Amino acid sequence: MAADPRPTRLGPQQAAPAQPMPTTRLSAWEIVQLARHPQRPKAPEFIEHLIVDFTELHGDRLFRDDPALLAGFGWFEGQPVAVIGPYKGRDTKENLAHNFGMPNPEGYRKALRVMKLAEKFGRPVLSFIDTPAAYPGDDAEERGQAQAIAQNIAEMSALRVPIVVVITGEGGSGGALAMGVGDVVLMLENAIYTVIPPEGCAAILWRDAGRAQEAAEALRLTARDLRGLGIIDEIITEPEGGAQTDPDAAMLAAREAVGRHLGALAALPVETLLERRYQKYRIIGRQVERLSRAR
Amino acid sequence: MAPWLRKPNISASQRREMPAGLWAKCPRCKNLIYQKELERNLQVCPKCGYHHRLSAAVRIAITVDEGSFTEFDAGLTSVDPLGFSGYPEKLEEARRRTGRAEAAITGTGAVDGFRAVLVVLDFFFMGGSMGSVVGEKVTRAAESARQQRLPLITFSASGGARMQEGALSLMQLAKTSAAAARLHAEGLPFISVMSDPTTGGVTASFAFLGDVVVAEPGALIGFAGRRVIEQTIGRRLPEAFQTAEFCLEHGLIDMITPRDQLRAQLSRLLRFFGAPRAEVEATA
Ligand SMILES: [Zn+2]
Repeated sequence: MAADPRPTRLGPQQAAPAQPMPTTRLSAWEIVQLARHPQRPKAPEFIEHLIVDFTELHGDRLFRDDPALLAGFGWFEGQPVAVIGPYKGRDTKENLAHNFGMPNPEGYRKALRVMKLAEKFGRPVLSFIDTPAAYPGDDAEERGQAQAIAQNIAEMSALRVPIVVVITGEGGSGGALAMGVGDVVLMLENAIYTVIPPEGCAAILWRDAGRAQEAAEALRLTARDLRGLGIIDEIITEPEGGAQTDPDAAMLAAREAVGRHLGALAALPVETLLERRYQKYRIIGRQVERLSRAR
Repeated sequence: MAPWLRKPNISASQRREMPAGLWAKCPRCKNLIYQKELERNLQVCPKCGYHHRLSAAVRIAITVDEGSFTEFDAGLTSVDPLGFSGYPEKLEEARRRTGRAEAAITGTGAVDGFRAVLVVLDFFFMGGSMGSVVGEKVTRAAESARQQRLPLITFSASGGARMQEGALSLMQLAKTSAAAARLHAEGLPFISVMSDPTTGGVTASFAFLGDVVVAEPGALIGFAGRRVIEQTIGRRLPEAFQTAEFCLEHGLIDMITPRDQLRAQLSRLLRFFGAPRAEVEATA
């Protein structure tokens, strides 16, 4: 509703139901390190373990196939789903081949193409997110990185099938949100989701990338912070020490959460689903209205 | 002087934004320009055509028909939701310097007789960055356009998402884009005008979602920052990289329109899209 005169409070003030939490609290910077841990299970491994008979689809039909982003169909617990996720590699060789999981515009356009197929065939979308950023390259800019991201965000906000998002590692700004608009956003305990990497934030605000630790705290980028802000819906617990210590346990927890939410979303009529999704983002960060002294 | 400029309805803040003194130095050609002449020329350098950045208030004054603008949500101000060090001070300073509560002015107005909902970002307020309030104002404006069945026109001037509100700022990309998508779904026109600079999260959301995307000459338009890209690719970028002209060449925007022709251009587009007239049109 446009000019709602009521004072509005929301987002941060929304109460989050209590969730069991591990006793040891890591600092934001320690969590950043875990989210980027080389041995941490990446989106391709989540797809490999959670999706049966994954069939990859290639190309955006406009420019090329982006190796930094995986998209296709498969079966999740007996249910056909569309799956998207950036391809962060396990070693340098894989990372070079897949551009460190940083998609170009054609990657986002491939993801959109597959999501539109999901819509056509009434299949839910499962998005696994682990990307440092959209690729900051001159060619990416030439091909419309911003437009590709904007288009995905807008289309996902109105896609007529359920979307479940799982942030498994790094949720790097717009490049992550371009795969991250959904009905339910889940986040692994030691994943991060941020508007800017802490190093970049420190460099811009304080002209000192060395103050990244401080920026990591200030940005409130951990799952626990984001749950409190109403930006994510649920935290997926990781084994003590991080997902890399026991990837199977982390994936089992993810499977349980995804299954539960997909089941609940399937029961909603599509118009209800879309209105709920719109409102989910609509209420984030509304402010307390007050008369401005500046006027 | 164009007739609609004679009595700009927000003249006080327009003056505030002007540097003191009778003469202004053009940042591009370095010529000294008589302030009055610059003002008459819509802040476009008469020597080299450089489009000076405009405050939101000046943009509205030079865009809407005289006396037609009604502002929405003027009192909506940011809180410091994350307790981000230094943010309240920065907000306070921006409020003091601009005389505005936030980095966006929204409202309804008529553009050459066409009623529209307008969103204008103000680069002079924390770099026009989009935090929760800017996102909220853009979204409310789009929702108002939808309710009133009016076209939406956005004028962007922004460095992107506001870091000090963290992921809350990032979520404003989703919120504003979803509202823009609803306009499209209902067949309402949305024209996006990008002025210098329009970068980061604003480009990756509503600004690139217009039915028609118009840019001012020479405007910086891009997603990633020049320095980040240069570090990534290990090369220097050409001067013209991420300019409006670069974007036009690469098919990212529809047109580049000089400031003195912008109103006519908007009018032409609104007429084509069948936008409602503010008053009954004289029969030809
Ligand atoms: Zn000049």
